[in-house]
Amino acid sequence: MVAAMNRPSTDQVWEWLGEIPDPEIPAISLTDLGIVRDVEWLGDTLTVTVTPTYSGCPATSLINMEIETALRSHGIDKLDLKRQLSPAWTTDWMSDEGRKKLETYGIAPPQPAGGPKACPRCGSDNLERLSQFGSTPCKAQWRCRDCLEPFDYFKCI
Amino acid sequence: MAKQDRTTLTEFLLRMGDNTLILGHRVSEWCGHAPVLEEDIALANTALDLIGQTQLWLGYAAEVQGEGKTADDLAFLRDAWDFRNVLLVELPNGDFGQTLMRQFLFDAWSSILMPRLATSSDTRVAEIAEKAAKEISYHVERSADTVVGLGDGTEESHTRMQAALDYLYPYVGEFFLSDAGDAAIAAAGIAPDPASLRAEYDDFLDRVMAKATLTLPEDRFTHHGGRNGEMHTEHLGHILTQMQWLQRAYPGNTW
Repeated sequence: MVAAMNRPSTDQVWEWLGEIPDPEIPAISLTDLGIVRDVEWLGDTLTVTVTPTYSGCPATSLINMEIETALRSHGIDKLDLKRQLSPAWTTDWMSDEGRKKLETYGIAPPQPAGGPKACPRCGSDNLERLSQFGSTPCKAQWRCRDCLEPFDYFKCI
Repeated sequence: MAKQDRTTLTEFLLRMGDNTLILGHRVSEWCGHAPVLEEDIALANTALDLIGQTQLWLGYAAEVQGEGKTADDLAFLRDAWDFRNVLLVELPNGDFGQTLMRQFLFDAWSSILMPRLATSSDTRVAEIAEKAAKEISYHVERSADTVVGLGDGTEESHTRMQAALDYLYPYVGEFFLSDAGDAAIAAAGIAPDPASLRAEYDDFLDRVMAKATLTLPEDRFTHHGGRNGEMHTEHLGHILTQMQWLQRAYPGNTW
């Protein structure tokens, strides 16, 4: 049991969670993605509240496992993972840092306008949509008409 | 919760979850077979969202039922007569156009119902609906666009889409049939009376079919018997043999 005095602060836990890569898009972390909603100590148990991106996203169970593995490796052995559906996850919760990392990685970050602002490779705004859906539930397929490269766009929801 | 209320709520949740389960399974049959890669991925993603929603609806149904079952038990260990989905979702895929027409007819209903469920008096129902509504608004955008694209497309695609509409339309009326259970659910503020969604649905279909240059059948006759479990089509049993064979052959087996 972690004694109350030397149990890690919630800030410390957030920092650890910020080091866990998203299993599908390893360029960004779980906290960049905005799916960790709350971290709280209840007595000697650490409660981490996670919201799913898409209800059927197969990464959800893997994400829970990675959180558990990471926090256990930091000595937390009483852990309660809670799923929270409401308010439903929105791409507005993605951090600015996360948006930048996505773009560098080659995925156009979500835009309120509903489509990518620029090609993540050449920066052109001469773009076309190939499909509303992509390789994971959270992405759509677009193509740049200038450099002709297809790219993933992180859907805005 | 009183026993009667629990039974009524379970029935409502099974109707919601069985619709998404059976349609999700049907749509997943396209995986690896769609006409182009982008459509294959779109269909698989749609199926995935529907199965995700199923986990939420049937997970809650199992809890309310209170017999210690899980969403998986409900999906894999019930037989055809215990399913409560509307007949529309168990109909065969047909060609790509027929699949997308069926998807649109379902998405249109779902996109009207879900925002109303998001204000349900039952917190869990409201939370599930809030989550699902986002996914459904994305689905209906695509299915409506595709119905318009193919309906107002070539002579061949137009003919196929009209045939799909003529075949499927006599099944949509089942969405709006109300029974005593629906009345109790509506009275408790859990969900609107199914019949109350019809006007908005008709209006939506009129707009999309006009753009798609397709003609809605005038006859309002509807097949029914799925959502009350009286009589499913012969297709449901075939779906279940494929969907459930592993749990039937190797009971309790896990991934």
